[in-house]
Amino acid sequence: MATLRREIRIHAPASEVWKVVGRPEILHLWFPGLTNCTVDGNVRIIFLGSGMPMPEEIITNDSLQRRFQYRITVPIFKFHLATVDVIDLFDDTCLVVYSTEADPGVMALVIGGATTGALEELRKQFESGVGPALDAVGINSSVAAGGTV
Amino acid sequence: MGRKILFVTTDQQRYDTLGCNGGNIARTPVVDALAASGVRYERAVPQSVVCMPSRSTMLTGQYPTTHGVWMNGVPLPVDAPSVAALLYRAGYRTALVGKPHFEPFLDPFGKFTENVLAVQGRETAENQPWFDGSTGPHRGFEHLEFSTHGGAGNLHYARWLMENHPEAIGMFYQVLDATLEVNAAGGGENGAPQVHVNEMPKEWYHTDWVAERTISWLDSLQADDDWFCWMSFPDPHHPWDPPKDEVGRINWRDVDLPAGYPTTAAERERILDAKPRHWRKWYDGELVSNYEAPKHWVPATLTPDQLREVTALNAVECELIDEALGRVMAAIAARGWGDDVDVIFTTDHGELGGDFGLMFKGPYHVDGLMRLPLIWRPAPSAGLTPSVVSRPVGLVDLAPTFCTIAGLAPAEWMQGKPLPVHDADAVARGIDKALTEWDSELFGVAVYLRTITRDGWVCTAYKPGFVHDGTEGELYNLANDPLQQVNLWEDPAYSSTRSDLVADLWDSQPEAHSPRMPLIAPV
Repeated sequence: MATLRREIRIHAPASEVWKVVGRPEILHLWFPGLTNCTVDGNVRIIFLGSGMPMPEEIITNDSLQRRFQYRITVPIFKFHLATVDVIDLFDDTCLVVYSTEADPGVMALVIGGATTGALEELRKQFESGVGPALDAVGINSSVAAGGTV
Repeated sequence: MGRKILFVTTDQQRYDTLGCNGGNIARTPVVDALAASGVRYERAVPQSVVCMPSRSTMLTGQYPTTHGVWMNGVPLPVDAPSVAALLYRAGYRTALVGKPHFEPFLDPFGKFTENVLAVQGRETAENQPWFDGSTGPHRGFEHLEFSTHGGAGNLHYARWLMENHPEAIGMFYQVLDATLEVNAAGGGENGAPQVHVNEMPKEWYHTDWVAERTISWLDSLQADDDWFCWMSFPDPHHPWDPPKDEVGRINWRDVDLPAGYPTTAAERERILDAKPRHWRKWYDGELVSNYEAPKHWVPATLTPDQLREVTALNAVECELIDEALGRVMAAIAARGWGDDVDVIFTTDHGELGGDFGLMFKGPYHVDGLMRLPLIWRPAPSAGLTPSVVSRPVGLVDLAPTFCTIAGLAPAEWMQGKPLPVHDADAVARGIDKALTEWDSELFGVAVYLRTITRDGWVCTAYKPGFVHDGTEGELYNLANDPLQQVNLWEDPAYSSTRSDLVADLWDSQPEAHSPRMPLIAPV
């Protein structure tokens, strides 16, 4: 078992960032290396840039705690749990924490290492006010960039 | 028309595997001849002892701290400085054939350019979405064909194998096990890790493929083109699985145990116990601090016959490389370029090869990993006198050397110096030391080493990490203790030597890349 944690501070309200993070079907719009994803009930299938489909089970999608958790269910993993927390810093910014726990341990890095790029992309879209994930949830640029409505 | 450059690298090759360096197992007449007519370096030192940081140093001419690839799994940014780009802009035709490894190979998301190029079967980055023409072709190379240690994956060699000899894909050793750890499974006649009988004919093996693709690219050039070709062999890096029909070249039963292998367990343990703790912990299987060594292999279990067999197979792979290089040299001669081609032969880092009872690599700054083969055969038209350089030089010096060969001033971002052509040249230009660094952070286990090689000493200072408190170190006298078996770090008789070297080590540290780049893959 290995654990990996990546985090980033985003200059946008936690409630707005959660609108993206809490929408499992648009992960590919902010996670580089994914070409698509589909959601059916609590099953999400992500399609990797290498062409590989990867099924996941959605465990938690808690809009009160702003916590999203899922497990990758392919056999190479004896265990996998990913957790994305959006934490309000109460100054119109938030901390997004993306944690990966996996057995075999190397898989935490193979899969979880890519979360660095995902968090950077999320910040880029919110702080620039433009991006496909924002478009998908209808966030306008002034809110995304930290402005007030 | 200027001087052309053939830059030949191998992967994880020890200094003592070449005949010209005193090796007596592998026959390496081609490299030996280059050495006899060129400059042979007796103390060439890598700036990192693992692939990605070291290869990034060769390309950028910068220390790992500066280019930012601080361990395997940290990708070199696509827009990082590149000597190949500099040469390309100066009019050189440029190619990289073989193992690149500036970016991670484990890439399920298909994020990295080199993997994507290979998946698409492309040999150029032009006309790709990321190609905007402002920085020239990918990392300065207009032609790219990649391979690594086996037939799996999507690199160009694997694709070629799949298209032409699909039955051969499974003939290689499986480098990673089912959990993606470096495989500890044993094979061959003695069950040594990463040893395997490969049924593949030599003509399908990646060594020959790299040479043939290099020749093919050279054949595509005009006679008056200036060119820079990085021919990058994946061997003799493990797995040790050369083609079966070639294994008989060297009978492992006839191979002597390496000088650096203490033959009794008590002797091995005594030597290791005088080094910082992670040495012995790895030997006993208590701590594998880095990804590059098989996680489930315990060095203390290595038998003399296993080591003999690994040494023999490693030598076979070195011979195959030498012969492949010979074919490329013949092709160059046939094009009429023989007098105008500089050849530089080296490797990215060494291999422990049984020293202290250890194999593979890791945070261990000793000759097995740090003393590299380096040969520079200047173009005969340059008229340089053959020589041997004993002063320490580094792989960081390669990029400015390529510039000098091409008649260009080294770029201001390069941190090395053009290689000296003899010791007096080194003295005159103040070339007297080489620096090596190791940083690794893997699932809570952190190891940080900084090393200086100078005045016949190798001195390593440790920073605080998982098993180190920052007071540890290693100090070896290379003349009196060529196998680095006597650690003088705590010897009061050498405290002033240690202090002087440590002060120079810290005073010489290069500028750090900022921000620190994230680790995003194991390798």
